[in-house]
Amino acid sequence: MQTVFSIAVDALAYGMVLFVISIGLSVTMGLMRVVNLAHGGFAMIGGYIASYVARDLALGYGLALIAAVVFTILIAIPIERLLYRRIYGQPELTQVLMTIGITFCIIGIANFVMGPTLKTIPLAPSLQGSADLGFRTIPVHRLFAIACGLAVALGLWYAIEKTNFGIKLRASVDNAAMAAALGVRTEIVYAVSFAAAVGLAAFGGVVGSEFLPVEPYYALRYMVTFLVVVSVGGAGSIPGALAACLLLGAIDTTGRYLMPEFGEFFFYLAVIAIICVFPRGLAGRAK
Amino acid sequence: MTEKTNSTSTASAETSRTRLRAGFIRRDLYGVAAIVIVAAAGYVLFPDNLALLTRIIAIALLVLSLDLVTGYCGVATLGQAALFGSGAYAAGILSAHYGINDPLLMTLGGVFAGAVAGLVCGIVMLRAHGLPQLVLSIALVYLFHEFANKASSWTGGSDGLSGIVLDPLFGLYEFDLFGHTAYFFGVVLLLIVFALLRIVVRSPFGMLCRGIKEDPVRIRALGASPHKALIKIYIISGAVAGTGGALSAISTQVVALDALSFTQSAEALVMLVLGGTGSLFGALVGTVIFMLFEDFVSAANPFHWLTMVGALLIAVVLFAPKGIFGTVQDLLSARRNRTGETRP
Repeated sequence: MQTVFSIAVDALAYGMVLFVISIGLSVTMGLMRVVNLAHGGFAMIGGYIASYVARDLALGYGLALIAAVVFTILIAIPIERLLYRRIYGQPELTQVLMTIGITFCIIGIANFVMGPTLKTIPLAPSLQGSADLGFRTIPVHRLFAIACGLAVALGLWYAIEKTNFGIKLRASVDNAAMAAALGVRTEIVYAVSFAAAVGLAAFGGVVGSEFLPVEPYYALRYMVTFLVVVSVGGAGSIPGALAACLLLGAIDTTGRYLMPEFGEFFFYLAVIAIICVFPRGLAGRAK
Repeated sequence: MTEKTNSTSTASAETSRTRLRAGFIRRDLYGVAAIVIVAAAGYVLFPDNLALLTRIIAIALLVLSLDLVTGYCGVATLGQAALFGSGAYAAGILSAHYGINDPLLMTLGGVFAGAVAGLVCGIVMLRAHGLPQLVLSIALVYLFHEFANKASSWTGGSDGLSGIVLDPLFGLYEFDLFGHTAYFFGVVLLLIVFALLRIVVRSPFGMLCRGIKEDPVRIRALGASPHKALIKIYIISGAVAGTGGALSAISTQVVALDALSFTQSAEALVMLVLGGTGSLFGALVGTVIFMLFEDFVSAANPFHWLTMVGALLIAVVLFAPKGIFGTVQDLLSARRNRTGETRP
């Protein structure tokens, strides 16, 4: 019972972290049709900045979180202007190559600047220790990760479904040319969404550093996981991404707890099975 | 009158077709000659480093197989090493566990295992399109990797498969410590595969594959089945990749888990794009340049090497989307047009 409970909490927290990082990727893919393999790289940059601010400058966890999001977006804007602009609407192979190239560069530069060692992000005192639920205790950080995931999901749902910007965004997704003809500044919508996606990646990278430790190969090691989550969920769908994250988080965590010697065998088997049954993802729409 | 024009037009079609075929055969001969010259030059220039040259040939076979799927049929995959590794493990297991030490039989085993892996991967991959397809290819290569890692009694797991023993080739040529025999064996394999692939890509079947890349809907409307053709090309591609895997197992006498890795697949894709997709020459040029460059630079610092590969990729995508071979070809034909010469 204890095992089942701790697996459930870990799976939920891990799934939420995956969700926070990959929802940005899902939005970029659904909206701009860009297969952005460098997304994990931005999450890693966020983690590095937070580690620098919280550990080396000792400015506290909250400030580190904010700094990570802001500075990662600042780094991403010129990259979007100079490189991503040129691959919108190009064939997938081109996009994959360009973004793998960017990922390799990020890894090499991160190693050069920050060194090859693992970086930790010291948690705020209020997030350390464990919370007593009366019948069980759970680490507070897990609760924090779950709360962040829920907040991001709710916030995104509200922003996309209820606000003026959300309407323009959905219009641009459905038919960019028509939306532009009706006076929507699609390039601004794109730029804002790209910035939001990168910011979410950085946020997730910091919150999830307990699950996905920050080191130079982060960008390559978890890139596949994020990509898998998005394609299983169906690009551009928030409920789909949430379902995929929770499902795959549960499969991965259960596999690790119960059959650690099999590594990620069951994770990838599940991915193949799901994509074979739902070739467009759990919540994918016909094009 | 009409009969006469008809007969002349058929005759001219006939001559143009023979002329076309002669042109193709001439280019094939150029290709074969180029491979032989480069191979001989490598043998003369790097006599102490034949192991690297043999590895380049093995990887070239992998990149050729990737070119068949990605360059000719337009299926983007990051999992081609699954086929390469299957061939390598099949050849290695034949020797290490069954005592079949004949290099030719081991190669055949690699070809067969590669083709079977190609069939399996093809069936799974073609369930989806676009991004999910790419993810399927990644999941497949990880699945093969985890499986090989787990089945350690057969594959040696993360320690690698060792204990491969080789009989002399044709009972005459010992596989020596310096890799002379392995190198010649590799060159001959590459020539055979290259010649066969030239025939395949020029055949009506090869044309069908190019058509599928351009417009699958129209191919279906013409009455052909893209799905069947893609499965076939996947089997061929698997056989080629398996040959490369078997060659790598034979030349190094070990099979490591790296042979099945995602990184190997991604590198193969980088080489293909660097050389130029959709052309067998491009695949070869990209492999040779990338591997030699890697050998010189990565020894210094693997992270600088990674940054450089990344920058190189971005540069190729931005400035030479057709790859080195395609760009050079374009430059040459542009110059030929400017000087007023036309092709015969």
